[in-house]
Amino acid sequence: MTDSPLARHVAPAAATASAIGKTRSAAPARAPAAIAAAAGVSFKHDHLAAILDDPGTVGFLEVHAENYMGDGGHPHRTLERVRRDFPLSLHGVCMSIGGPGPLNEDHLARFAALVERYQPGLVSEHLAWSTHDDVFFNDLLPLPYTPQTLDRVCEHIDRMQTAIGRPILLENPATYVLFDNATMSETDFLRAIVARTGCGLLLDVNNVFVSATNHGYSARQYLDDFPLDHVGEIHLAGHSEQTDDEGDPLLIDSHDRPVADPVWALYDAVIAATGPIPTLVEWDSDLPEWPVLRAQAEAANRILSAASQPHRQGHRHALAV
Amino acid sequence: MPLPSDRAFAYPLDAAGFGAGLLDPARAKPQSVTGAHGKAAEKCYNVYRNNVTVSLIDALADIYPAVQELVGERFFRAMARDYVRAHPPSSPLLFRYGEGFADFIEGFAPARELAYLPDVARLERAWLTAYHAADREPIAPDELASIPQDRVGEIGFEMHPAFALVASRFSLFRLFMMNRGFMPLERIDASLAEPVMVTRPQADVAVTRLAPGEPVFLARLAAGDTLGQAAAEALAAETAFDLGHALASVLAAGAAVAIRAPAGTTAHPPATSPEDR
Repeated sequence: MTDSPLARHVAPAAATASAIGKTRSAAPARAPAAIAAAAGVSFKHDHLAAILDDPGTVGFLEVHAENYMGDGGHPHRTLERVRRDFPLSLHGVCMSIGGPGPLNEDHLARFAALVERYQPGLVSEHLAWSTHDDVFFNDLLPLPYTPQTLDRVCEHIDRMQTAIGRPILLENPATYVLFDNATMSETDFLRAIVARTGCGLLLDVNNVFVSATNHGYSARQYLDDFPLDHVGEIHLAGHSEQTDDEGDPLLIDSHDRPVADPVWALYDAVIAATGPIPTLVEWDSDLPEWPVLRAQAEAANRILSAASQPHRQGHRHALAV
Repeated sequence: MPLPSDRAFAYPLDAAGFGAGLLDPARAKPQSVTGAHGKAAEKCYNVYRNNVTVSLIDALADIYPAVQELVGERFFRAMARDYVRAHPPSSPLLFRYGEGFADFIEGFAPARELAYLPDVARLERAWLTAYHAADREPIAPDELASIPQDRVGEIGFEMHPAFALVASRFSLFRLFMMNRGFMPLERIDASLAEPVMVTRPQADVAVTRLAPGEPVFLARLAAGDTLGQAAAEALAAETAFDLGHALASVLAAGAAVAIRAPAGTTAHPPATSPEDR
C-alpha cells in the first residue's frame, strides 16, 4: 500500500461507456462554473454511475488536473459528462511550485488548456515540489520557509496565474520533516505569498492536524495564525498513523479512510469563524462505495448549514473554542 | 577578508540532495532535514522515500496488470522497485511512465525464463497510450468503395493516433487477453506467434490478433507506403498474406482515419461546392 495521496493517477480501470451514454450533443448544457459554499468530493471514475444516479447534497466535484492531460478517450468523455451536472474544481498535484527550478512550460500549457476547456469554478495547487533535474518524484515534497524560497515560490505562482489567466488557491502541505535552515513559520510564509501574488488559499484541515501532530505544535494555534480571510476552499481527508524515531505518533496524509474526529472538530471551529466555504472531502485510495463518500460530504454540509444559521454568525472571526 | 561559505550562496532547498535520497535507500537523509525540537528524522524522511517508491511501483502495477498477473505480485513489485529506482519518471504525467519497462524486463535476469514477458509489457504500454490518444473518427468502410478499382493499389492510409503494432513470436494475444481478464484462463502453448494491433475506434481500446503478413503490411502502411507497396512487401514476407482479410481488419478495428487518394482522384464523394448551397 502506498501512503501517497498522489498514488493513483494512471488509468481508471473500469470502462465507463455505458454510464456516459453513446451519444453526445454538439454543445451539451453545463452546470454553472461557480462553486457554492457547499461540500464536494474527489471524483473517481469508479463512482461515475452512482454519482449520476444519486448525488445527494454533493455540490461540486474535484479532479486532479494531471489525470485529464491525455489527448482524448474515456477520461475527457467522462469529465465532459460530469461537468454537465456539476461545477468542477481543478486541483493540480504536480506543478512543483515549491521547487528551485523553473516551472515546466509544457505542463503549464496543458493546465491552461484544461482551465479553458472545463471552466472550473476553483483552481488550486500545492505549496510543495515534486520535480527536480528532470526527475518527477510523484510526491508532495517539503521546502524550508525562508525569504529566498518565498521569492521563488511567488515567482512560480505569478507564472502559473499568468499562464492560466486567473488566480489560484494554494494548499498548505502535510509535512513529515522540518528544515534546520527555515526562518519563517508556514502561516507567515503563506500570508506573504497571498500579499505578493494575490492568490487565495486552500486550507487543508487534515494537513494542519497531521503536520501539527508530527511537529508537536497546536493545530488550533496554527489555525489562529492562518490568514482565514483568504481561504477559498477547504480540504478534509483521512490520515493513517505510524510512529516516529522516538515512538511518538507520526501521521500520514493517506486519503484512504474517513475524516478523523479531531479534524471534524477543527473544521467545525474554522467554519464557525469564517462562515460557509466550499469544502472538499478527499478520498484517493482504498475507495469506498459511493454512499460512504457521499455521507462524508453530507456531514460537512451539516456543519456548513449550521454556520449559515443567523445565531451562529456572531461567532465569526473568533476561532478559539 | 574571509570568503563567505558555499552555504551562504546555496539555495535553501537542496532539492538534488533531498531527491537523491528518495531513490537510494543507502543514502543518508540530507543534513538540513530534522524532526521537531531537534528529534531524529530518519523515519520521518522515510515517509517520503516510501511514498515515492511505492506510488511509482503502484503506477507500474496499474499500467502492467497482465505482467503482474503472470509473475505474481511479489515478483512484480521487486522488479518494479528496481526499475523505479533506476528509471524514475521525467514527466508528471504518470500515464506515460514505463516507456522503457519492457526493455528493462528483457535484461532482468530473474525473468529470463519468461521470454514472452517483454512483449506482454510492450502491449500493455501500447494499450494505455491508445487509451489516452486523441479522438479521431475512423474511416467508414464505404469510403474505400469510392476509390476506382484500378487505383486502389495507389492509395495510402493515415493511421489513427491510437494505432500501434506489437510484433511477437509468442502467443501474445491470448497471454494478454487471459491475464487482463478478457478471456478465461487456460493452459496454452505460448510459442505460437500472435502479433497484434492496438486501436481505439471510439473510447474503448481494441486488441486485434493479426494474420500472417499483416504486421509487415500494417507497418508499411503506417510508414506511408501505398496499399500496393505494402501488400507486395507483406506477400514477399508471407505467401499466406490475404489482402482482403487485412483490409477488412483495418476497417473493422478503426485503425485508419483517412485515405490518401492517388493523384487525380478523390477518396470522398465530391464535396458540395459553394454554388450548390
